[in-house]
Amino acid sequence: MLPAARGRLSEELFAALAANDAVSERSIPRPDSPDDEQIALWALYELHYRGFDEVDADREWDPDLLRLRRDLERSFEERLRTWVSIPEAAGPVSEVIEKLIAVDDAPSIARFVQRRATGDQVRTVLQHRSIYHLKESDPVSWIVPRLEAGPKAALAGLQFDEYGSGQPSRLHHRLFADGLRAAELDDTYGRYIDEAPVEILELNNAMSLFGLHRRWRGAGLGHLAVFEATSSLPSRQMAQGLRRLGFPEPVAHYYDEHVEADAVHEQLALRLICDVLVEEEPDQRDSVLFGAATCLELEARYARKILRQWDAA
Amino acid sequence: MSVDEPDVIMCPDGPMLLRGHHRVADESGEVFETERPFSAVCRCGKSATRPWCDGSHKLLRRTKTT
Ligand code: FES
Repeated sequence: MLPAARGRLSEELFAALAANDAVSERSIPRPDSPDDEQIALWALYELHYRGFDEVDADREWDPDLLRLRRDLERSFEERLRTWVSIPEAAGPVSEVIEKLIAVDDAPSIARFVQRRATGDQVRTVLQHRSIYHLKESDPVSWIVPRLEAGPKAALAGLQFDEYGSGQPSRLHHRLFADGLRAAELDDTYGRYIDEAPVEILELNNAMSLFGLHRRWRGAGLGHLAVFEATSSLPSRQMAQGLRRLGFPEPVAHYYDEHVEADAVHEQLALRLICDVLVEEEPDQRDSVLFGAATCLELEARYARKILRQWDAA
Repeated sequence: MSVDEPDVIMCPDGPMLLRGHHRVADESGEVFETERPFSAVCRCGKSATRPWCDGSHKLLRRTKTT
């Protein structure tokens, strides 16, 4: 189902998609807020993933929708560039990224869940995270065909692990769906999009932006490296918090799996993917670092928003 | 296989990364089989899921811990 509109642009766009009407520059207004822009962009990206029952599958390559998507992406990119700067440090990108993570002082949702969150607060986080976790790793799959042999083979190995090494029951988005159901939440893809704050849309849209554009392949991989390198320890805290609150085992299991898997993926992404990519294609360095810094910034924005809401920052 | 394509990679201040299938014996001689395309063997001794790395080595470095 298409999400609820969040402003004039998304209202016009979703109505046109549902009615299978053409969109033209004249019929579609400018976004009236970041929420409006981001939900429209999210829906346009979804046409490339699973689509919507009520939208004709052929609209994925509708040139007018692609033009609109490009306009929205440009304003999103502009915003990202004002939030994120590319670090100038020398040395292998893996080291620069590790330093970026080390000096990041964003508050931690995982630590809050581990120690103090209530069951309802955790359910809210699971709903927000479901937007990504139910298509976990999919945005990165777009990058595979755009790489040379070294980083491609390593990334394919990482993705194979994310996708359960050939076993559907071990596939990460399947594990998360199992966890949602065990927690008596809905595991339907995209079910909680209307509950997602703009920060969650930005996190998801940045991954699709990096994944769908070849020119952003470095950023997609830098983003991946930070995502994996900031996952093991927080996943353990999440699992502890879920067990403290008596959540069913499948939810905690999803996070257990990420403690060990992401300890591996972190090293893979930093050393066999990002470092090798930049060695082979030095002009990708800034892009990799931009993606890495973007991941930290957007996660920090989400954490600050939600912890402030709970008065827990 | 070429020499620039090692199957065992030592990560700075981190685990030993293994490519492919291996059997790893821990200090007591118990043997563990790798289950992933790549695996990380703990070198710092602090992991709770030994012989595999669980990221705990980062707590030793006193870098970002959460
Ligand atoms: S090397 Fe990572 S936990 Fe020991």
